[in-house]
Amino acid sequence: MAADRVRRLPGVGVDGRRDSFLAGMRVGVGLATAGFVLAVTFGASAREQGWSALAAIVASVLIFSGSAQFALMTALASGGAAGPAVAAALLINGRFLPMGLAVGPSLSGGRFRRALQGQAVVDGSWVAAHLGGGRFDRWRMFGATIVQWPAWVAGTVVGVFGAPSPELVETLGLDVVFPAFFLALLLDELREGRLPLIAAALGAAVAAGLLWWVPAGIALVGATAGALVGLRSTTVPE
Amino acid sequence: MTIWLVILVVAAGSFLLKAAGPALLGDRELPSWSRGVIGLLAPALLAALVVTEVLGRRWSAVDVTVVAALAGVVVAPGCCGPRCFWPY
Repeated sequence: MAADRVRRLPGVGVDGRRDSFLAGMRVGVGLATAGFVLAVTFGASAREQGWSALAAIVASVLIFSGSAQFALMTALASGGAAGPAVAAALLINGRFLPMGLAVGPSLSGGRFRRALQGQAVVDGSWVAAHLGGGRFDRWRMFGATIVQWPAWVAGTVVGVFGAPSPELVETLGLDVVFPAFFLALLLDELREGRLPLIAAALGAAVAAGLLWWVPAGIALVGATAGALVGLRSTTVPE
Repeated sequence: MTIWLVILVVAAGSFLLKAAGPALLGDRELPSWSRGVIGLLAPALLAALVVTEVLGRRWSAVDVTVVAALAGVVVAPGCCGPRCFWPY
């Protein structure tokens, strides 16, 4: 019985890995639904901006980041040069650097394999895989991402060929899904003690302030400064 | 041509940003001082994600409906975090 419990710990043993992966896929379905509609909007908007259907679809396949793709499209649409557009998109994706550092010790294999596994880091999957105390369940992250990626690409395909209204996300009420999802996870984190509450308050304040001057991606990178309160702690928050 | 170049550069940059942390760390243990910080990255980033989703650039995306829905998440009886959203 004890061995059975061990196998079913998150990401431990064959059963544990399968359970984690399936749990991640269940999380991913909800995120993928909202992501699909967002991708439809991206595809439709990209076509409006003069992108070819193939370019919009390839962008979703290779970049797989809504915030970066919308930033790229917006920067190019307003007559911007390629350099600033690329910089804006990469700054927005800059949050993946600290996210990757955090999830790194929970991955497995050599450097190349870990680098490939790191590609599963997207916002929803990363937070869904967090177990607390800086530990991550990589199988749950893989499961959540593997559902979202095809939905993102499929949504883009529908968008470029179907050309629905750009207000589709708001019409379906899906603009609430992502913040509500993140807030529910945050509430779970805040039950762990006082330091997570301070880190969250600082992160929120920094992000709110920075949003006035910089795009969301840069504000998110700045918000990681809230985690520096962890320097005052010698114990890892659980 | 420019659009293709831009897409490829952003895709490559995004790949490197995601790969850098895991590849550089390898299987090395993080120094003890950093573990407390990394453990708090999730609450700091989650709070920031909520704020950026709700406020938008220059706080232009504030929508009373969204704020009310989020307040519902906070005060919902028996709400215990992620389990409000999915069963596992």
